[in-house]
Amino acid sequence: MSDAGVWHFLLGDLSWGALPFVRAWRDPNLSEIIGAAAGAVVVLGAIAAFALITTLKLWRTLWTEWLTSLDHKKIGIMYIVLAGVMLTRALIEAVLMRTQQALAVNAPGIVGPNHFAQLFTTHGSIMIFFMAMPFLTGLINYVMPLQIGARDMAFPYLNSVGLWLTVGGAGLMMASLVIGEFSTGGWSGYPPYTELSYSGGPGPDYWIWAVSLSSIGNTTVGINVICTIYKLRAPGMTWMRLPLFCWTSLCTAILMIFAMMPLTLATLLLAADRYAGMHFFTNDGGGNMMNYVNLFWLFGHPEVYIVILPSFGVYSEVISAFSSKELYGYTSLVLATAAIAILSFTVWLHHFFTMGQSADVNAAFGIATMAIAVPTGVKIYDWIWTMFRGEVRFTPSMLLSIAFIMTFVLGGFSGIILATPPLDYMLHNTLFLVAHFHNMLIPGTLYGLLAGYMYWFPKAFGFRLNERWGRISVACWVVGFYLAFMPLYVLGAAGMARRTQEVFDPAFRPWLIVALIGALLLGAALASLFWQLFVSIRDRDANRVPVGDPWDARGLEWSVSAPPPEWNFTTIPQVGNRDAFYWRKRNGDAYLPADDYRDIELPKGTACGFVIGIAAAMCSFGLVWRIWWMAILFLLLDVATVIVRSFMRDTTRTVPAATVECVDRLWLAQARAACPVAREFEQCERNKGLAQWTA
Amino acid sequence: MDGVEGPQLRHAGLNLSHDPEALEQIESDVFGFWIFLMSDAVLFALLFAIHGTMLGATVGAPGPAETFKIGSAFIETLLLLTSSLTFGLASLALKRHQPWRLVLWLVVTLALGLGFLGMEAHDFATMAGDHATPDRSGFLSAFFVLVGMHGLHVTVGSLWIVVMFVQLATIGRDRQVEVNLIRLSLFWHFLDVIWIAIFSIVYLQGLIR
Repeated sequence: MSDAGVWHFLLGDLSWGALPFVRAWRDPNLSEIIGAAAGAVVVLGAIAAFALITTLKLWRTLWTEWLTSLDHKKIGIMYIVLAGVMLTRALIEAVLMRTQQALAVNAPGIVGPNHFAQLFTTHGSIMIFFMAMPFLTGLINYVMPLQIGARDMAFPYLNSVGLWLTVGGAGLMMASLVIGEFSTGGWSGYPPYTELSYSGGPGPDYWIWAVSLSSIGNTTVGINVICTIYKLRAPGMTWMRLPLFCWTSLCTAILMIFAMMPLTLATLLLAADRYAGMHFFTNDGGGNMMNYVNLFWLFGHPEVYIVILPSFGVYSEVISAFSSKELYGYTSLVLATAAIAILSFTVWLHHFFTMGQSADVNAAFGIATMAIAVPTGVKIYDWIWTMFRGEVRFTPSMLLSIAFIMTFVLGGFSGIILATPPLDYMLHNTLFLVAHFHNMLIPGTLYGLLAGYMYWFPKAFGFRLNERWGRISVACWVVGFYLAFMPLYVLGAAGMARRTQEVFDPAFRPWLIVALIGALLLGAALASLFWQLFVSIRDRDANRVPVGDPWDARGLEWSVSAPPPEWNFTTIPQVGNRDAFYWRKRNGDAYLPADDYRDIELPKGTACGFVIGIAAAMCSFGLVWRIWWMAILFLLLDVATVIVRSFMRDTTRTVPAATVECVDRLWLAQARAACPVAREFEQCERNKGLAQWTA
Repeated sequence: MDGVEGPQLRHAGLNLSHDPEALEQIESDVFGFWIFLMSDAVLFALLFAIHGTMLGATVGAPGPAETFKIGSAFIETLLLLTSSLTFGLASLALKRHQPWRLVLWLVVTLALGLGFLGMEAHDFATMAGDHATPDRSGFLSAFFVLVGMHGLHVTVGSLWIVVMFVQLATIGRDRQVEVNLIRLSLFWHFLDVIWIAIFSIVYLQGLIR
């Protein structure tokens, strides 16, 4: 083998030019320098995190308590941390894109066309696959087992595998900033543009494997959530007593089971085209790109509801708790959730009304699309009626919920416009569409996930988040949203195409500048969210709520200490009503010691999930750069890990009854010592997590 | 038929324990696998749909009539259907606690599975010799990926049987081994169902056209 041959065997297609720093050195223009700076942030961030963990001597704790943990609560928190990191990156990219468009009116702006295309591709891919999905999965993971009275998920090990596959995918996204480049084909990656003949290089391959890892991870999440809700509900937790967040989690999980596979298949078939020269979606050789479009949106539309339904569940919980009222129209909310889940499979074609099918087909899908507004409208009314004559407290979560109701309805109106095929022909591929789906997904997903984060944070960490900074953040999210996206409706209706790197109509400039100001406000919203977290951790001792029920809330998750013990429930609760904990408090059955304390069996931590996820990411990296030995080696490592794990028998550990009793009695003593706090004081330091209630 | 009747009757194959807590655990473990199979079924359904839209996309490359060897496909069908029967017999042996019969029927199942894979590999090699490779046309891409995906599943199933042999030999029969054998049987029968669809829709229908 020649010298070059050896290097090619070892490093595949990798070369110095793959590094953004080298590219910026060779061709120092602003666009390349921004790219190199982004790569530097990733590298320096990783080094800083490494150094911090080393100086604090936290590696052992991190490994044994977190990375190898099978505790659904810790896995949930890790998912949300991942979502926070990725949200930061994708939001910065959004600000960069708004800056580019505002500056690039008859001018080149700051980033070149190729760089700009990478920005909108990564922004979309991250926001969906590595922000929204891990965030909602994290919330479901943390909250759902507590709400149904279970000690863990049905498959704790699979849970860890799912987490680390998602982390692996996110790692690929980050790697693409430092090594090589990302796809320029948009988050939907339509071929034939993403085929080898138009998009050579590693970009689309990064996209393919990052998305594949995420979608396989989400399939495992779906299996786990469904099985947990079907099989692990506490005795007496009948279907119609299930908290609404569990209902939305269940429907989301069912959607994942049916909708993630089309995505996995779409990306794998695209990979077959790119790697093996097949002809699924190519222009020549009998390929048919419409197959891809159908596969992608068979996933893509249910995906919209995968990310929105959990937020609907959060709103149901938050609005009920902060209105001190039973959820209005519980049954109708359950039916509406199920109806949305089913209808979500009947509308995928509205994503491509303009792609040449007959008017009759378009009309059918247009009507189906509008039909989804009916169950959604039912929900909106139910939430409003829940607030009606309630004791409403304007906590940050509640403010987000109210902002959601108003903003989401506006987005729904523009959706009706787009669901009408003749109008869609006018507006397709313009910023009107961009405005519409951000108008649905920011209030419909992000606000809900943030509301859930703020609502359940005291449960997870034992202290309240700072409400003042929470309100500042909410104000920035809401005002920032309106400023950033309302101008896009105007621009879209005026004909400005989406994904435009340079703008040639000066009349667009004022609107683009307003949108940029909105994007900067959204950046401020995220910054204040982190500042809120910092301030809250700093002042945590004053804001502790160890008794665990700071909002006089209703579900079983509030019936345990904050943070909950590792085993969640000392004894598995018996459920007699909907809003089980609410009635238990009123009937004097809360905060009682168990009749007898028993040993509790818990899953033991394992490195297998971590190894599987990281090896899958390494295998994918090898595939991206055609480093075949690497791909094969890590694929074999994955297979070997799965097999080795199946031989392990020492997978559980037992918490002795004495420990359980000790922890429980300590908590009960705290509950006895705490002074019950009335609703008007729940956002003060005197809130120790024991609610004052009237029978 | 002992063990199959009486008030304890649950899913077929689940009457492995009389302890209600263990039964619940087994039922949950197996139910999770059913959900996985459901998503796997979606995968194959979509591959069939793509195959259907690609029937005409032969673009000058060999079409179904020139490429399909109905004789060997028929024998493959017989092998796989028989392997489902033998796995059924293995499941009965599992239920009746007959360890040697269990191993025997699993060996026969594995042999039939490997026979199927060998014949399929030979078919693919013959097709490649006739210049019918997946990069020639959309039709051939769809054919190779659909049938190959099934073949990949059978390969995984065969590897799984081997792993179960090792576990039966080293760990012996514990609850996890039992649950995994039940899951494996579901997997194996599922692949049989998929193959029936492949034989009827891909091979028979392809030759009728």
